[in-house]
Amino acid sequence: MQLLYYLATPPSLTPAFTAIWRRNLRVWRKLMVPSLMGNFGEPVIFLLGLGYGLGRLVGEVEGMSYMVFLASGIVCSSALTASTFEALYSAYTRLTQQLTWSAMLATPLTVDEIVFGEISWAATKAVINAAAILAVAAGLGLVADARAVLVLPVVLAAGMAFGGLAMIVTTVARSYDFFLYYFTLVMTPMMLLSGVFFPLSELPDLVAVTAHGLPLAHVVALVRPLMTGSWPTATLPHLAVIAAYAGVSYWFAAAVARRRLRR
Amino acid sequence: MDAPIEASATAAVALEGLTKCYGNTTVVDGLDLRIERGECFGLLGPNGAGKTTTLRLMLGQTPPSAGRIHVLGNSIPRATRAMHQRTGIVPQADNLDPDFTITENLLTYGSYFGKPVRETRARLSELLAFAGLDERSDAAIDGLSGGMRRRLTLARALVNDPDLLVLDEPTTGLDPQARQYIWSRLHRLQAEGQTLLLTTHYMEEAERLCDRAAIIDDGRLVACDSPKRLIERFIEPHVIELRGELARAWRQVQPRLPTRREEDVGETVLLYTDDRGHLLDCLEARFGGGHLYRPANLEDVFLKLTGRDLRD
Repeated sequence: MQLLYYLATPPSLTPAFTAIWRRNLRVWRKLMVPSLMGNFGEPVIFLLGLGYGLGRLVGEVEGMSYMVFLASGIVCSSALTASTFEALYSAYTRLTQQLTWSAMLATPLTVDEIVFGEISWAATKAVINAAAILAVAAGLGLVADARAVLVLPVVLAAGMAFGGLAMIVTTVARSYDFFLYYFTLVMTPMMLLSGVFFPLSELPDLVAVTAHGLPLAHVVALVRPLMTGSWPTATLPHLAVIAAYAGVSYWFAAAVARRRLRR
Repeated sequence: MDAPIEASATAAVALEGLTKCYGNTTVVDGLDLRIERGECFGLLGPNGAGKTTTLRLMLGQTPPSAGRIHVLGNSIPRATRAMHQRTGIVPQADNLDPDFTITENLLTYGSYFGKPVRETRARLSELLAFAGLDERSDAAIDGLSGGMRRRLTLARALVNDPDLLVLDEPTTGLDPQARQYIWSRLHRLQAEGQTLLLTTHYMEEAERLCDRAAIIDDGRLVACDSPKRLIERFIEPHVIELRGELARAWRQVQPRLPTRREEDVGETVLLYTDDRGHLLDCLEARFGGGHLYRPANLEDVFLKLTGRDLRD
């Protein structure tokens, strides 16, 4: 009931949120090398391992080599994991362990701005990772043409949606263990059902339709054509779903955070 | 405009009928308080008295159930952002940014106020010197002692050149050297006309620093005045303490002594009097020496007004 009260109040957001984004960028720059290794090394290993190993067995998928098919999927799934990890573990640490949020709240910054600053940073991490993987994929000859650059704004929007969803979990969580529910119940099923590793058409109709309720399927639907040399179809509806997830999850996360910190 | 609004605009802090309830529990109960600009004001009270909630209400961190709050002329919680722009806060829990050095902490904190890095950088040496950290400007936070952390937290609270400085138990957990240093810094700020609001459990600290102090208990204002006046108003000026053997002897004899008040608190018996010479003579005659004389202090007032029971 009480949550409804907070949900009814629109978030108070000004450009001041960029101070939080810049703070996180400043920290990231200090730890750039290990951070990049962790976040982008793993997807690249997945791409090479699964691509070469499974690729040999699978052969062609949707008229392209499995490696090409998988490259666009890995860009999308790494956008999901990069933004999710940032908005879960890193943000939760700043909220509960380092008390960075409470230090910020002693300044003109609002709870809503902190939440937005964290989500926008999580989305930035997704873009950084996607750019790095895209560069590797291009180096391996897995990217068709220059329109693949348009993947980056799509990943930014996707990062806002995934970061927003994760931020709801973070603001509700009372311990790190709570995140496991999100991984098991949301992240893993979404990763397997969204066309990252195999086409959605391989799934039963009902499952495929359900998958379209999840944001990742729409991200894949936009990214894959852009990386393989064609234009996505139904671009606006796909973008609309991603934007709706981003907007609604932010509104929700901000309300939960206010309930937690402003009671 | 009518008078009360004018008054709340000129005061540093004005609370009127401030009330905060959580469910059926009233934590702050109709508190009226005025803190003038330029004064050092102490907010005192046992644990659970409502100090922290009062601070949180003042700083817009939680909405009041009833009453009015004005801080630096800003109505709270509506104008919380404008209030924060002009307020510096030294929190009780250490929340320095462990990902940054001392200098980076100050620059980053300044950016939360919308200050460009170069603007904070221009004041950096002044802030570091104030906190006695000029030699350590590039040190990591992890390696700092508790005293250094608190000094840095104080310097950080001055980054926005505030009109009001709020300190929540600024010297709790510090060694005497670090405590003395913080006191000297606060004295200097006071001399420069800075408005200070502090909470503390150390009555000596309040007596030393505060122009005025409010004692609150059960969310209500119990007394509010200068430490000197509080002692004059609420307690006899002289205290004689009988400890150990002497206390046991007193208990056995239960002598009639020229005191205003006597208090038996276990190991120690406290005798309060207006006529120190006469009481000392009587004690000398009856028990010989060994008793301890001291002037009454703010802690005596605090314990008299809020009781000696433990608060958990």
